Amino acid sequence: MSSKLCIGGIVEPGSTVINKTGSWRTFKPIYQKEKCIKCGICELSCPENCIIKTEDGYYEIDYDYCKGCGICSNECPRETIEMVLEEK
Amino acid sequence: MNKTTELFAPGHRGCAGCCDALAAKFMLKAVGENCIVVTPTGCLEVFSTPFPESAWNVPWIHSLFENAAAVASGVEAALKALGRKNDTKIMAIGGDGATIDIGIRGLSGAFERGHDFTYVCVDNEAYMNTGVQRSGGTPFAATTTTTPAGKASFGNLRPKKNMPQIMLAHGSPYVATTSVAYPKDMMRKVKKATEVTGPTYVHVHAPCTTGWGFDGSKTIELGRLAVETALWPMMDIENGDITGVHKIRNKRPVEEYLKAQKRFKHLFSIPGGADIIKKIQELADWNADQYDL
Ligand SMILES: Cc1ncc(C[n+]2csc(CCOP(=O)(O)OP(=O)(O)O)c2C)c(N)n1
Ligand code: SF4
Ligand code: SF4
Ligand code: SF4
Ligand SMILES: [Mg+2]
Repeated sequence: MSSKLCIGGIVEPGSTVINKTGSWRTFKPIYQKEKCIKCGICELSCPENCIIKTEDGYYEIDYDYCKGCGICSNECPRETIEMVLEEK
Repeated sequence: MNKTTELFAPGHRGCAGCCDALAAKFMLKAVGENCIVVTPTGCLEVFSTPFPESAWNVPWIHSLFENAAAVASGVEAALKALGRKNDTKIMAIGGDGATIDIGIRGLSGAFERGHDFTYVCVDNEAYMNTGVQRSGGTPFAATTTTTPAGKASFGNLRPKKNMPQIMLAHGSPYVATTSVAYPKDMMRKVKKATEVTGPTYVHVHAPCTTGWGFDGSKTIELGRLAVETALWPMMDIENGDITGVHKIRNKRPVEEYLKAQKRFKHLFSIPGGADIIKKIQELADWNADQYDL
């Protein structure tokens, strides 16, 4: 996308997706499918919308955008998501 | 590739664990794509629209800090004049500073004129985007950069302004209070507010990791504590009558909420701190009693 000013300053909807916020992360959420009861609380609680439902009803984390806030891990009723220090 | 189907896109610049990002997600989830959003200056606007990007997958317009309700009024009037209002929902989403302080005159005017729109205040209890200055939404005894606690002061001297009651006094057909910590409650209320004809108001409590001083993983936990201590009552008010109250199952002492945040930490060490905490407990008890929580 051009960064030149356009008339009305109009920009593309949803275009922040070009900015991969996964690089902000210090702690990485690790999802353990075997413990998951598919309640969906983590998906709803993620401010980055990066917990994605898979075809089998379980979840995967999109690390391109996950900032490592840890809300999903804190809210999960089954301690299914573990936060681990990420070495880069 | 971005995989989410949510209308509020990732890649925005909100802090890790941001309350306002959660609020935006829930609002768009509740209302769907047939809406037009107006956002005044503040964290939400700044982090969701770094030019030339936008996190919004719905039509969105930035107003000035002080005139979101006026711009929303204009959007509504224009759609009506063009015969295109139909089912389109109009939502203005402002911070506590934008709503309770600087935008209150325009907001009052818009409600007085009776435009068909919903105003949502995302209340993180200070001017966060400019560095945590006190607003009319800042609670009693919180330390902010303009009400610093220290030898001469215990923090913010004044109580939090009761904004929902002010909006109610405008004769609004639907006023509700909710929290980002209760997504289903929040989504139900926002949806309902946009479905009721006329000017409606939803006040959302939003714990801010950066401004309040707690770990970003606790955003929802803190919001829950505010409700469970009765410091933040959640209710529906329809045509002036309270029609629904979120009942507290297990009421907690306010200390549990206060000690989890840096902005109240001084209360546990300064002389007279215990008396201030007692006053805060009295505020909570008053809420519990008044609203039958
Ligand atoms: C007229 C005007 N005064 C001051 C500012 C500077 N300003 C930008 S954002 C902001 C704070 C916004 O606070 P709030 O509405 O509570 O939203 P938050 O950032 O806390 O979500 C201020 C003071 C401005 N943009 N315009
Ligand atoms: S750590 Fe935060 S950003 Fe990452 S998946 Fe969990 S809730 Fe989402
Ligand atoms: S919150 Fe926990 S149990 Fe529920 S869906 Fe997410 S990982 Fe599974
Ligand atoms: S300061 Fe608070 S409201 Fe602003 S982006 Fe950070 S967490 Fe969100
Ligand atoms: Mg604020």
